[in-house]
Amino acid sequence: MLPPLRLVLCGSVDDGKSTLIGRLLHECQAVHEDQLQAVAQASRRYGTQGSDPDLALLMDGLMAEREQGITIDVAWRRFETPRRAFFVADAPGHEQYTRNMATGASTADFAVVLVDAEKGVLPQTARHSRIAGMLGIRHVVLAVNKMDRVGWDRTRFDAIAGAYRAVAEDTGITGMRAIPLSALTGENVTRHGARAGWYSGPTLLDHLETVEAAPPGGNESFRMPVQYVNRPHSDFRGYCGRIASGAVAAGDRVRIFPGGTETEIERIVVRKGERERAERGDSVTLMLREERDVSRGDVIAAADAPVEVADQFQAQLLWMGDAPLVVGRPHLLKLHARETGATVTRIRHRLDVVDGRTRPASTLGLNDIGSVNLETDRPLPFARYDENRTLGGFVLLDRRTGATVGAGMVRFPLMRAANLRWQDFDVTRETRAQAKGQRPRCLWLTGLPGSGKSTIANLLEKRLVAEGRHTYVLDGDNVRHGLNRDLGFTEADRVENIRRVAEVARLMVDAGLIVIVAFISPYRAEREFARGRFEPGDFREIFVDAPLGICEARDPKGLYARARRGEVKNFTGISSPYEPPEGPDLRLDTGTESPERCVERVLESLD
Amino acid sequence: MTAGTTPPDRGPILGTLESEAIEILREGVATAERPVMLYSIGKDSSVLLHLARKAFWPAAVPFPLLHIDTTWKFREMIAFRDRTAAELGLDLRVHTNEEGLRSGINPFDHGSAHYTDVMKTEALRQALDAGRHDIIFGGARRDEERSRAKERVFSLRTAGHRWEPRAQRPEIWNLYNTRLRPGESLRVSPLSNWTETDVWRYVAAEGIPVVPLYFASKRPVVEREGGLVLVDDERMRLRPGEEPAIRRVRFRTLGCYPLTAGIESEAGTVEAILAETLAANRSERQGRRIDHDGEAPMERRKREGYF
Repeated sequence: MLPPLRLVLCGSVDDGKSTLIGRLLHECQAVHEDQLQAVAQASRRYGTQGSDPDLALLMDGLMAEREQGITIDVAWRRFETPRRAFFVADAPGHEQYTRNMATGASTADFAVVLVDAEKGVLPQTARHSRIAGMLGIRHVVLAVNKMDRVGWDRTRFDAIAGAYRAVAEDTGITGMRAIPLSALTGENVTRHGARAGWYSGPTLLDHLETVEAAPPGGNESFRMPVQYVNRPHSDFRGYCGRIASGAVAAGDRVRIFPGGTETEIERIVVRKGERERAERGDSVTLMLREERDVSRGDVIAAADAPVEVADQFQAQLLWMGDAPLVVGRPHLLKLHARETGATVTRIRHRLDVVDGRTRPASTLGLNDIGSVNLETDRPLPFARYDENRTLGGFVLLDRRTGATVGAGMVRFPLMRAANLRWQDFDVTRETRAQAKGQRPRCLWLTGLPGSGKSTIANLLEKRLVAEGRHTYVLDGDNVRHGLNRDLGFTEADRVENIRRVAEVARLMVDAGLIVIVAFISPYRAEREFARGRFEPGDFREIFVDAPLGICEARDPKGLYARARRGEVKNFTGISSPYEPPEGPDLRLDTGTESPERCVERVLESLD
Repeated sequence: MTAGTTPPDRGPILGTLESEAIEILREGVATAERPVMLYSIGKDSSVLLHLARKAFWPAAVPFPLLHIDTTWKFREMIAFRDRTAAELGLDLRVHTNEEGLRSGINPFDHGSAHYTDVMKTEALRQALDAGRHDIIFGGARRDEERSRAKERVFSLRTAGHRWEPRAQRPEIWNLYNTRLRPGESLRVSPLSNWTETDVWRYVAAEGIPVVPLYFASKRPVVEREGGLVLVDDERMRLRPGEEPAIRRVRFRTLGCYPLTAGIESEAGTVEAILAETLAANRSERQGRRIDHDGEAPMERRKREGYF
């Protein structure tokens, strides 16, 4: 018998999810007669299937759901066949209830994605698939439902399967099968239908009973977060938890994180005895050979495969709060058994869950997904979510109300984290700066095309070098010839463009240089990101300001003219927005001040 | 009464369910200030108690057990409760709504809905307020009833013990949010993902003692609205024409005896019960009169504070 399958049903509203699961339960004899009677009774009042019992009402367990005929929250059901046991989460289809859908998908290894054969792949189909993929689901079955309404048209089915395949490929889903069926009549749900003779694949149930959907797990070394310390008397000190990955046996060498001290497993304790070995998914109590200071939230891991520890992360975040995310606001973070204060320091971008593209964003609203930087009050032992859901998935809680406002997935630690070994070089940035006899800085010139950034950068560097300073200019156009040659001018590419330049500038400041960046850098969020990569005071945002009319009249490279003719797409100031700085460290008005005067003002501001 | 001596193969599902339930119990205790377990004496409570003993062994169960006694429970239940508490050295607390008792509220004169509101829901709220409990474990399962299928494992109750089904906290992964504001509490259901069959399989595999009423035996009953109601003591009011008869019956679920119907059965062992459960075409709560009070009785009760 295969291990139990944990599956989530997703898809758009009215695609028939509740009806399908109701049908599966019914055909697998998981519905009792009195429950069916209750459904029949409720069907007369709320049903949508005429005189037939509306099987969706088996799942829509809340009064509000039956009244409105929609699913609001996840329903969890269990059923089993002689071949396999199933945990099922029936997720709501409305966009408004996406956080409930994520609740259902977070513990699933497999998704059944429903599509209405009449409507085809909808934005909500893509949204759910992307969320499922993000949460780590790699295998799906596409259930093309309501085939009876399109006369079991094979061409229609093939077209929908093809359209969905394109969506799935983009969402991290690696295994996909499409099945034409009708939840209403039951055809191809548990038995083949004569009307779909052209379909020779398995029924939905056949497929679910036999599909391999191993939960994702990259690293199978032993890891267990300590959930509870059991100390009934002075002779017994047990560390309780559920094994997140790998296996453990008495005598194994382990290390305790975040500290990293090493010891040995003495015993695995269960009531009325001991166990020799325990593995992923088991709740156990471990006793250690030596007395160690271990508390809730620590992680016990195989000594030869230590876990990472960090206090700054880049993460994917699904925002679930009714009020939008505010960057910099303190929250509580819960990662496995560890709770600590945490702050989102930056939103790198928002993901459009329908088309899969990233867009710059300064906030995340309810049900938005974004890539964020996050800082925690204390270092946390963790794993990347792709490697381990338990050690890499966290929630953010509102400090005041206690509400769950975000679900996050650690992508990687940010390298500023103080406890990473590679930073321990003997020559520091201070030594390098002293050797050059200067204060390294990043002078970030932002402004419209033609505002005078390159002119000022050029003059400024000449002045600095004349004074014996060590400098470098990173110019927007020049960098695009090399480092950023692969990037275009979409919003996503612009975000990446700035990110790379900020990182390069940071390395140069670290090396002791005064770096002048001359970049349009139109988005506030990206410039804030750049600022966040530097020590306080090392980054100066200089707004090179001139009215659009003057910039266009200057048009040093003839680009405004081309943009006006529609030959250049996404041209800042014409067809793409420029967000002026709200509080720049320095503002230069090149419409009224000469370039020389502007350079003087920059130099004055540095003293 | 104990199940057979050789534990049958537990299969992959019981191990998973057991580990999950233990994780939930430990999480609740680790984050609670005043945890308590609602002990209803039934099979689910017996399984939950067994899991709690496993989760914290060799320590004693680190929370008290609370029984809401309506004074109309089956006599065998009360005997089993007191025996279990004494044998296992449990901190058992029994609460009855004394005001309801003084007013003479009973299942015959006041209708099952009103009686349940006063002697169960109201009594539970009194006891929880008095104990200022923040984490309240119970044996509820999602397969019991459709509104329970919608409920979180850690389910938030407002200061008035109300459940707000439309404002449930998202419960992502196995990360349980235990933050509470003053007066709020959490109803925690470690058996959320268990089915009736799982419970019986686990009872058999672990040899967990359960109340003898679950096993078929000859008992005096009257037939009422299609069910068999036990004449458990002299307070039972017989309706005109009702004559107690001895029949071989057992109970799939246990509550207040006048409101809980049994079924005719030959199942005298856990194995026989399992066979019967697997073949059953009626749900266990079908024998609960209180589940048939109106259109969505369970959801309504839960909103008001019932477990």
